[in-house]
Parts: sequence; C-alpha cells; structure tokens
Amino acid sequence: MNHLLVLIPIALGLGFFGLLAFIWSLKSGQYDDLDGAAERILEDENP
Amino acid sequence: MTCCAAAISSPELCRETLQRTRTLEEQRIVLASVQLSNGCYKTDFIVPTMHCVACIGTIERGLADIAPVKQVRANLSLSTVSVTWDPAQGDGCDITDALHRLGFEHHLCDISDTKKEKNSETKNLLIALAVAGFAAANVMLLSVSVWSGADAETAQLFNLIAGLIAVPTVLFSGRPFFRSALMSLSGGRLNMDIPISLAVILALGMSVFESMSGGIETYFDASVTLLFFLLIGRYLDHLMRQKARGAVERLAHLSSKFGVRILPDKSTVQLPLKDIKPGMTLRVFAGERFPVNCMIVTGTTDIDCAHVTGESEHLTVAEDSLVEAGSLNLSASVDVKATSDAENSFLGEMRRMISEAENGRSSYLRIADRMAQIYAPAVHLLAFVAFLGWIIVSGGDWHFSIYTAIAVLIVTCPCALGLAVPVAHVIAANRLMQDGVLMRDGSALERLAEVDTVIFDKTGTLTVGEPRVTRVLGDTASREPLIKTLADNSSHPISKAVASRFFEAVSVELSDLSEQPGKGIEARHQGKLVRLGKSNWVAEIATSLTSRNEEHSVSFAVEGREMVHFDTHDVLRTGAKECIKALESSGLTTEMLSGDLASKVSRIAAEVGIDEYRHRQTPRQKIDRINALQSQGIKPLMVGDGINDAPALAAGHVSFVPASASDIGRQSADFVFTRPSLIAIPNSYKIALQTGKIVRQNFGLAIAYNCIAVPLAMAGFVTPLIAAIAMSASSILVVANSFRINFQNHESHGEPQEKNKADALSYRSTAA
Repeated sequence: MNHLLVLIPIALGLGFFGLLAFIWSLKSGQYDDLDGAAERILEDENP
Repeated sequence: MTCCAAAISSPELCRETLQRTRTLEEQRIVLASVQLSNGCYKTDFIVPTMHCVACIGTIERGLADIAPVKQVRANLSLSTVSVTWDPAQGDGCDITDALHRLGFEHHLCDISDTKKEKNSETKNLLIALAVAGFAAANVMLLSVSVWSGADAETAQLFNLIAGLIAVPTVLFSGRPFFRSALMSLSGGRLNMDIPISLAVILALGMSVFESMSGGIETYFDASVTLLFFLLIGRYLDHLMRQKARGAVERLAHLSSKFGVRILPDKSTVQLPLKDIKPGMTLRVFAGERFPVNCMIVTGTTDIDCAHVTGESEHLTVAEDSLVEAGSLNLSASVDVKATSDAENSFLGEMRRMISEAENGRSSYLRIADRMAQIYAPAVHLLAFVAFLGWIIVSGGDWHFSIYTAIAVLIVTCPCALGLAVPVAHVIAANRLMQDGVLMRDGSALERLAEVDTVIFDKTGTLTVGEPRVTRVLGDTASREPLIKTLADNSSHPISKAVASRFFEAVSVELSDLSEQPGKGIEARHQGKLVRLGKSNWVAEIATSLTSRNEEHSVSFAVEGREMVHFDTHDVLRTGAKECIKALESSGLTTEMLSGDLASKVSRIAAEVGIDEYRHRQTPRQKIDRINALQSQGIKPLMVGDGINDAPALAAGHVSFVPASASDIGRQSADFVFTRPSLIAIPNSYKIALQTGKIVRQNFGLAIAYNCIAVPLAMAGFVTPLIAAIAMSASSILVVANSFRINFQNHESHGEPQEKNKADALSYRSTAA
C-alpha cells in the first residue's frame, strides 16, 4: 500500500506532464506546418 | 532540389504590376493585413509555386534581407508566407517586389477579417481529445487493477483516484457534445448527441454515487473512453471540413473585393467593394474584373463575359456601353461610372439567389441524424422498460433497478454509431483528395450517392473556357519568334492561345508596342510594322489576302508581306467524352444548360454526346429547370463554373466546380475538382456509392452489437468490464470496416495518382 502512495502520483504526474507538453506544443504552433517541418531538416545552412 | 527554385515571372505579370501604381498596390496590401500592437503589419501571401525546402530557404532569406521585414515564416502545408513588417522602414510593395525578384508568383491573402475563430475551434477539439485520451489511459489502468481483484481497500482508493480524474475530464472534454445536445433539444429535434450526453453524465453520476457509498462497480472508465472514442470521430469530421474549406478559400482572388476610385483631383484610391456607390468614377485595369455594374466613360476595351452570361465570344465595348459586374477586362484600362452599388450589382443579385436556393437545401437531414431520430427514443424507452421491469421483479429494489437502467444506457451509447459516419467520410475524402477533388462537408458525399441526373454548364465546364488554336493558314516557319513575342505582350485570351502554340520559339526585340482594343496589338520589328489581331485590321498593312472570305479568329502580318490566319475554338475539357459515357453507363441521365448561342451549344452537345440541351439560359432559367426536375422527384447534380451558374450550383442536390471557376461559384459548390479532367466526376460518384455502402454496413454492425448487448444489459448481467470490452470492440470493428474504402480498387485513368496537397493551388497558377 505504501508503494502505491508513491507510485501512483508519479505515474499520474508523468502522464499529466506529457499532456501539458502536448498542449504547449499545439498552442505554440508546432503542428501548423507539418509538411514544412519535414522539409526543413534538409536545409543546409541555419542563418 | 532544383525542381522549382527557378520559376521565372512571366512578362504578363510584370506588365500588370507596372500598370497599377505603387500606391494602389500599397493600399491593397495594408487593407489585407492585420496591424499588430507594436505598429507592425502582418501580411500573408499565397505562393502557389513553393514546393520544397529550396523554395522555403530562398523566400525566407530573400525577404529577411529587405529593410521593412521584421519576421518571415513560410508554411509549406498551406503554401503561404507570413511576413511581419514595419511601415516606418519601408512599404508593402518592397515585399511584393522582392518576391517578384526571387521569381515567385504570389497572391495577397486577406487575413483582415478574422478567420482565426475556426482554427481555434479545431485546436480546442484537439485539446479536449488529448485530455480525454490522458484520462482514459489512466482511468483504464486503475480500473484494470480493480477488475483483476484488488482488495477492497485498494479498490476504493483506486476508484477515488479514477473519479478525481474522470469528473473534471467529462466536464471539460464533454462540452462539444453537451452543447450540441442542448442546441438540438431547444430546437425540438433529436440527434445522436442526446443519448451520448445522457449516457456519459449518468455513468459518471452513478459512479460517483457508488464510490461514495463504498461500492466498487463503477463506470468511470466507460464514461471517459466513450468520450475519447467519440471525440476522435468528431475531430476527424471537423478536420476534414476545415481542410477542404481552407483550400477553397485560398483559391479566392482578392482583387474582386476592391475597386479603384478616381477622385475629382484625378488621384486614385483603393476602395472596398461595399463602399462603392452609384455615380462614382472608377478605373478598371486590364486583367481585372468589373467590381459593380458600370457604364464605360472613357476608353475602349474587350471584355470576357464567359462567367457572367456563359457566352464564349469576347465583346468589344466603348463609351456608353453597359458592363455587368464580374466581367473580365481584357485589353486596356478603362474609366467607368458605377451604375449600382455592390448589393444591387449583378454579383449581388446572384448572391441573393444563392442564399434563396440554399434555404431549400438546408432541409436535408444527414443519415446519422435520421438514424438518431429512431435510435434515441428507442434506447430511452428500453432503459425505462428495464427500470420498470426490475422494480416489479425485484419487488422495489430501487438501487438495482436504476443501476440496470443506466447500464442499458451506457452499453447502447452510440459509440460505434458516432464513428460509423465520420471515419468512413474522412477516408473517402482522403481518397477524393488523391484524385484532386476537394469536398466541403460529409453530407455532400451522402447527397452525391443519391443523384440521378447530371446537369452540365458548357463554357468553362465541358469546355476549357479559353480558346486554343485549332488551325493555322499560311506560312509561319520563319516568323514564329515574332508572332510569339507579339502575342506574349497581350493578355487577350486569343493572343495567349497563339503564344502557347509557339511556346518553343525564342523572343525577339520589338519597339513601339501598342494594343488597340477591338483590333489587336501592333509593334515595330527591324523598322517594319507588325500586327496581330482582327483580319481586316491586319489586312490594312499586308499586300495580299489569301483568305477566301472566311472568318478567322485572328491574323498576323509583317508590313508588306503575306498574312497568316489562325482559327481558334473553345475546345473540350480533357475527359469530357469519357465522363459523359461513364455517367450514362452508371445509369445517370445527362443534360446541358448553357448561356451561349444555339449553334455553339449544339456543336458541343453533339461532340460529347449529350442529347438534352438548352441554350441562352439565364441564371433564373437554370434554377427553374433544376426546381422543375426536383419537383418530379429527380435529384440533379449540377456541374458549372461561372457566376451565372452559382445559384444553380446552390440549388442542385449536389454540385461540382472546376478549380478555375469564379470565386462565387466555388463558394456555392460542394465539390471542387482541381485536375483539368472531368473524369473526376464519375470517379467521385463511384467513391460516394462505395462510401454509402460502407456507412450502411457500419450501421448494421453497430446495430448487431446492440442486439447482443441490450438483452444482456436488461437482464442485469453487464458489469463495467463487459461494457468496456463490448464498446471498444464494436468501435474498432466499425473503424476497421471503414478502411475498406481504401482497398476497393478503382480504375486508373491515365493521371498521376500521387498525393499532392498543393494540387489546387498549382493548377490554378497554370490556368490563370
């Protein structure tokens, strides 16, 4: 029982962290141009 | 990566920019921009020829170098470039000039009216989906431990945690369904969202009560997984609609939203369409459309009324001629007096007819809503029967009776039904997109499967809508470069046809270029006069006339030499004959309604093989014909492109337009085909039939599931574990079945099959 009290908050916390990260990436426009992002990796120079 | 980096701007584009003054261009850019809080402007440009990383790099670096630009970001998925610039350090024309220099064709994108709303709605739905997904995964983990036999103390703790996750999740992620259910109830109708909302809320409420009173049979997992599955369907549906609508909107020209007013002191100012009043003096440049109904004050020009009347011949207009809004000015800029405002112009009248016609169509009930009208009352009745039954059988055990009734509602919650339609439609929309067809919304696919008559417009729909050279009379051998250069300098469609005939020839030096409206274009080459235009005008400088009194579209001559004649015709669109044949062999009747002259209409009808045709049709007559068919119970599919077709497109049971269509036509149609070939129509029809079949199968599967689950639930055998397995299994079955749309092979039609999301835009750039 004692393990659970530690493990459950950790498990939920990790999931919640992932959810927040997803919402942040969505709001900051990282999914706006998926095709462009795929192509940009081929760019040689980074000005 | 050199596929498109070196797109050279055509001479025609340069001419256009020279004709318009910089101030007008500047005003136009500012009007289409959003002003940010720091005084900078944000402007979006559509760059249809941007295809690869080399283009992105060229544009971003090229624009970042010029003075006013603060920030620039290219978006490849949308083919747009978003530029933030400071008006204090330069003007918007610097940006367009730079794009020209870099060799990219571009159009302004109007972001001044807030289109942001729609975008954020999709984002909200995605966030709701993410939250539901997070909750579903965690609650399921906790529930599995309970089901696999945790001891009572642990089970209670787990239920408590599950409840703490589920309650806020349902309140947050369930809002789209609750809102829609409330709206439908207040409208006095039944839709799928009512049983959904009811099941989710009751499952949650009962589980809260259970865990409070120390029970372990909770449905927290069911309520959140239900929401998760249903939100997937809702999100896909939304995404599909938004994608297609965005593509259609981006095809719209901005130019038609403005007019150029000439003030009494001869200066010019750009004016939004709605501010134009009758009596104002306006200027219409070559290559632009007349913004409102006008009377010509000074100047002579040729106009193209194909979109307005359906007539394929170009007319020459001079002082005092009346021109209807939407006609295209071909050869010279003219000053006109507005005779109407935007509301009462030809375009305004068409818009009114469209909204009238659309009212008739709004009564169409989607298949899912039709299902809901039977399904929702049946389910609620069953739950009530289960409650009453158990009250009687158990002799007044309220707790167990209510529990059973709610279990019935939970297992019958139309999870599979909610996915049955959107998943099938999204997969079909994707397949259509691979064929270059954009769909506005899912109901269009349902309506397409029901049609029995196909009505075509002629000019621009069955035909290409622009002339092609079909015959050359005379010796052109040594003069090809000269003819091509001369033709290149005019924006008249016939000149373009001649130029494209000799596209391989090299350009030569010309001087004293002048275009004479109604006659043609002339210039000097090595001291000699050369002309391309009307036969009798060209004959003035030529020595001999080889024509045997025939009418020719256009002639060419060098001073003192023999003439060359060209015949042009509006030729059939590719796949026109195959399209008609394929439609007729699927048992549909075909018909043609055209605004053009009888002789031309009958020639094209004979060529493609349509027996039933009418000529000289006004927009009103086209609608009347469609209404007459509909009153006989016939469901017509309308295919058209012009402004004059727009009301008919809205009135038809379902409608198709080519990407080259007028803006207003494109906005009132359900499908836009972006490849030149008409074969897209029979192919789409086939996909619609297949999709309809799959949707019905999905409903069948969902109902079969209910036939098994409902008796179990009513008998009181259902536990949260059984409910979870049954609901997930039925949803997965339905989704898997929908994927079969992709595997049904369809005939290849000699066109590239590769997916190309930029199709719509790139086709337009070649057609424009």
